[in-house]
Amino acid sequence: MERSLMKGNEALAEAALRAGCKCFFGYPITPQTEISAYLAKKMAKAGGLFLQAESEVAAINMVLGASGTGTRVMTSSSSPGISLKSEGISYIAGSDLPCVIINVQRGGPGLGGIQPSQADYWQATKGLGHGDFHVIVYAPASVQEMVDMVINAFDKADEYRMPAMILADGLLGQMMEPVTFPEIKQKNSEKTWAADGHKNKRKHNIINSLYLQPDVLENSVVERYKRYDTIQENETDAENYLCEDADIVLCAFGATARVAKSAVNQAREKGIKAGLFRPKTLWPFPVNEINEAVKNAKTVLTVEMSMGQMIDDVKLAINCSKPVEFFGRTGGIIPTPTEILAEIEKLGGAK
Amino acid sequence: MAVVFDRPKALCDVPMHYCPGCTHGIIHRLVAEVIDEMGIEGDTIGVCPVGCSVMAYDYFGCDMIEAPHGRAPAVATGAKRAKPDSFVFTYQGDGDLAAIGTAETVHVATRGENIVVIFVNNTTYGMTGGQMAPTTLPGQITQTTPFGRDTSVQGFPIRVCEMLSTLDGTALAQRVSVDTVPHIREAKKAIRKGFENQKEKRGFSIIEVLSTCPTNWGMSPVEALDRLRAEMMPYYPLGVYKDTSVKEEK
Repeated sequence: MERSLMKGNEALAEAALRAGCKCFFGYPITPQTEISAYLAKKMAKAGGLFLQAESEVAAINMVLGASGTGTRVMTSSSSPGISLKSEGISYIAGSDLPCVIINVQRGGPGLGGIQPSQADYWQATKGLGHGDFHVIVYAPASVQEMVDMVINAFDKADEYRMPAMILADGLLGQMMEPVTFPEIKQKNSEKTWAADGHKNKRKHNIINSLYLQPDVLENSVVERYKRYDTIQENETDAENYLCEDADIVLCAFGATARVAKSAVNQAREKGIKAGLFRPKTLWPFPVNEINEAVKNAKTVLTVEMSMGQMIDDVKLAINCSKPVEFFGRTGGIIPTPTEILAEIEKLGGAK
Repeated sequence: MAVVFDRPKALCDVPMHYCPGCTHGIIHRLVAEVIDEMGIEGDTIGVCPVGCSVMAYDYFGCDMIEAPHGRAPAVATGAKRAKPDSFVFTYQGDGDLAAIGTAETVHVATRGENIVVIFVNNTTYGMTGGQMAPTTLPGQITQTTPFGRDTSVQGFPIRVCEMLSTLDGTALAQRVSVDTVPHIREAKKAIRKGFENQKEKRGFSIIEVLSTCPTNWGMSPVEALDRLRAEMMPYYPLGVYKDTSVKEEK
């Protein structure tokens, strides 16, 4: 297996190619543009299609069209661009189409900034568009996970016929790390629902999210939620680091989890029993895993690059059985291990 | 007994929801006849808009995708790029194509995307009950221009074929009408040319069809056709605004 030093955005793009992504539609926005630039160079050679759209709105609708024909397709953007895509994402979810969407988050709201952020947690997990729907949300914390998760995201999107999102951030997108590309077992999922021309061999397929009769619409949503139940049962993923005997369990995802891990190590050096719980899937949220991780803890400390968004899910997941505290920086500022350690000490995580 | 007139195969045998006297039915039929005649139903992907023809996916026998409002050209681009050997068409009204979807319309044309756009211009938003459209004529009374479209307030209508004919990616921009039998025959020829362009990979084709909306215009079907001739045709002259296939033949 080859090992190479790559930038997060480029590694993700390469992994998408290897995962059999055949179409990519994008629009430039910092800090994710390397994904487009990489695929512009490589996609055609790999027998795929790269197209720069006139807007984020057009890009996500091109995704809808390509996915409607049963083609593996991806788009990527950063926070303000994801807001623009949200209408299309709702239609894609409502039409039961698979696709992969990358959000390399930057600071917000509005035009915000171009430094790393995690302030799109709510958007990704709860409000990615109008209507009752979810997308599977993966939160990588390394360049290697950018690779592994995007490969998995394509398979899961196909399996469950729904969008999957990689919720990364500007730090992961821009940093370089050694990465290994795994052997990929191409899953040949037959897409009998695709609108790719019926060749006079079957009745026409219709890709659609319109149901004017309320009972029919309700049934379609309920059917989708049954799939969501299966996903919540089978697809949660998390890392548990030194939680078993921890008095204080930190909860963090993505790049923030790396900093939090350093703080946990520093705390341990000082004799404080700290641990880290890191969700790798944000939706479905790893409910059982977090309950297991905090069962012996006195306090939970959620650390995020936002004013506190995942903390809601942490409290819900553990049913507020422990005090859940928060530390975060926002606007593109990355919390330091020292800051987090000070917070751990303040909370008496010590003795 | 010989059958002299029948439903085109590419139209499904289902009742349509369109209002009495509406010209959508004729236009659907023309598209379906062209698909039948070219024998391409099995390779065609249709994209329907948001508006009166939103449910066209139930009427055309080919595979269909329903797009968000205004985004049919982007959806069609995705489908065509993913399946370059298929025939892809969109079927859009004036609000969908020339208001909320203007950016998608201009860019699908300038990219020279090998698709056909059937653009139904009836100068109003039919599905929502007759509001001002980008093609509503100066002085025209609608639900949202109750005193007539005042160009000093609401600006001017857009002439889509004229605008798109300036773009290098456009292969065919033609405005037709379905108010008389000769015009209907001409409209069908234009639609056929659009699909032939796609086959020959000549680029983007738009066929604008002047259409009526008796319900929201508050007219009988016959009065509506009279209005189409008396008021729409002078503002939106029929004709070929661009046709690159002619140059090739010379």
